[in-house]
Amino acid sequence: MAVVTRDGDVGAAAGASRPAAVTRLFASMAGLDWLSKVWWMCLSVGLFAGIWELCWALGWADAQLLPPPHIFLSNFGEQGKFFNTATRWQVGNSADEGPSAFESVMITVAATTMRVFVGLVLASVLAISIGVAVRYWHVFDKLVLPTVTLLSPVSPIAWLPVAIFMFGIGNAPAIFMVVVALFFHMVLATIAQIDGVPPNLINVARTMGASKPQIYGRVIVPAILPGMLQVLRMNLFGAWMVVLIAESTGVGYGMGQVIMLARNTFNPSLVFFTIAVIGVLGFSFDWLLRLAQRRLLYWLPDTQEKLRGL
Amino acid sequence: MASDAAPHFSSRDAVVCRGVGKTWAAGTKRAHEALRDVDLDIAPGEFVVFLGPSGCGKSTLLYLISGLEDATEGKTWSFGDLVETPSPQRSLIFQETSLFPWLTVWQNVSFGLAIRGASQDERRAVAAEALQRVGLSAAIDKRPDELSGGMRQRVAVARALAMRPKVLLMDEPFAALDVQTRARMQDFLLDVWRDSGASVLFVTHHIDEAVALADRVVVFTSRPGRIKTIMPISLPRPRNLFSREAEALRIQLTELLRDEVDRAFAEQEAIPA
Repeated sequence: MAVVTRDGDVGAAAGASRPAAVTRLFASMAGLDWLSKVWWMCLSVGLFAGIWELCWALGWADAQLLPPPHIFLSNFGEQGKFFNTATRWQVGNSADEGPSAFESVMITVAATTMRVFVGLVLASVLAISIGVAVRYWHVFDKLVLPTVTLLSPVSPIAWLPVAIFMFGIGNAPAIFMVVVALFFHMVLATIAQIDGVPPNLINVARTMGASKPQIYGRVIVPAILPGMLQVLRMNLFGAWMVVLIAESTGVGYGMGQVIMLARNTFNPSLVFFTIAVIGVLGFSFDWLLRLAQRRLLYWLPDTQEKLRGL
Repeated sequence: MASDAAPHFSSRDAVVCRGVGKTWAAGTKRAHEALRDVDLDIAPGEFVVFLGPSGCGKSTLLYLISGLEDATEGKTWSFGDLVETPSPQRSLIFQETSLFPWLTVWQNVSFGLAIRGASQDERRAVAAEALQRVGLSAAIDKRPDELSGGMRQRVAVARALAMRPKVLLMDEPFAALDVQTRARMQDFLLDVWRDSGASVLFVTHHIDEAVALADRVVVFTSRPGRIKTIMPISLPRPRNLFSREAEALRIQLTELLRDEVDRAFAEQEAIPA
């Protein structure tokens, strides 16, 4: 909001250099916070796409290898059909049967989103529980923390065969992959959050006669929530990355399958189309989480606003 | 002196310390003695200020009396009971804001009751009464981040009062406030102290604050903290802080503290870099 207002001021100061209509447009947008956000988002994406299109127009980007947005987005009907990876290649099904292009995309998106969501929820619940337990019981700390730290640096790729050995194909291995990729880091993050709780808050509860379970339940858990939501947001992107790897092997349908299909059939348009869909999904998820953060954690100061004033 | 003989004190005394000492990180390389040989008797309803240079162990003593930390030497009693764990009878108020940011003002104030499992109605009633005593009835449904620093400390005082403590322990509670607010808070604290009847143990390094508030000022030496002297302040209340007597006391306390600060500086310079 502040940025737009400042732009408006600049426009007014610059006078003739900017058309009055544009200045007025900026000024009218200053009051509409969400509209200005949408505007800046479109500008940001548009700038990126514009550079790409320019490279294509100048002949630097080969349309066969790096098709620009107007190409890979134009034949939605054609690309969308590929999303129906579950029944597309089954014997006896012709290419024209089954769900429409739009339905195929929606089914695939829903399947992948479900895996991300379930994986994220399971990983968070497990990691927070284990993290709190590590600080709660000293013996648990000694028993569990070394192993958790040992397994933290293991790449999700290394877990892929394990997922297949354990769960075969389907939703289970994909969800397992998401959980295992996030779990260890989130345990360590939870512990770091607990160690960062201001000691005075704990002291206050102690002087009021709170027991250990009460101190954890009423002070430590609410105190780490803001940080944990931040951790969750960071890990959301991680979940989206991992789920694609998991889906690329032996899951009936999903975005990872589409990417593999695109790779095997040399279809760059499909790759970029899928990337665009993932981007939109990840962005929306992050937006929802930020919204939840603002609603749930009303007490947090807005540092962003201060930084902008620098 | 810590003696093996039975300590001589009455069980009516609000706080009794005998030979209390504290060494942080005892038994390690980083061990340092914060407090040594403290004998102290505090009467019910008395206002005692702990005065000393930074790092002299006066806050440490407060933590030991609260029961949040264990003494390495000696023992402390409160109303005849040995201090072993923290108790709602001895409420501690901290320098920085220690309100729970996720709770409203009244939920903060009645936090101790929630721990005991009191009903919502009872908690709100007690909070309303405690907030009235600190003059913040209007803020009952506000969040801590909507309040100023001074208001937050008053809420912290209300939270302590809601537990009906017999001893109020205050660790430089007004240090983060501006000078004008602090003066108002001192008046406010004296009112609260008068109608709660609790003993107040108040840590500060401000001589003005000590003269304004205390029945007795306990002056500490620098490391390790020991009681250098206990000075009664017999100015009548409400106090005229610009009177010649108040000025004389301030000068006297300044002299006492200067020796300690000089000694602390000399020690710091003697430490090889």
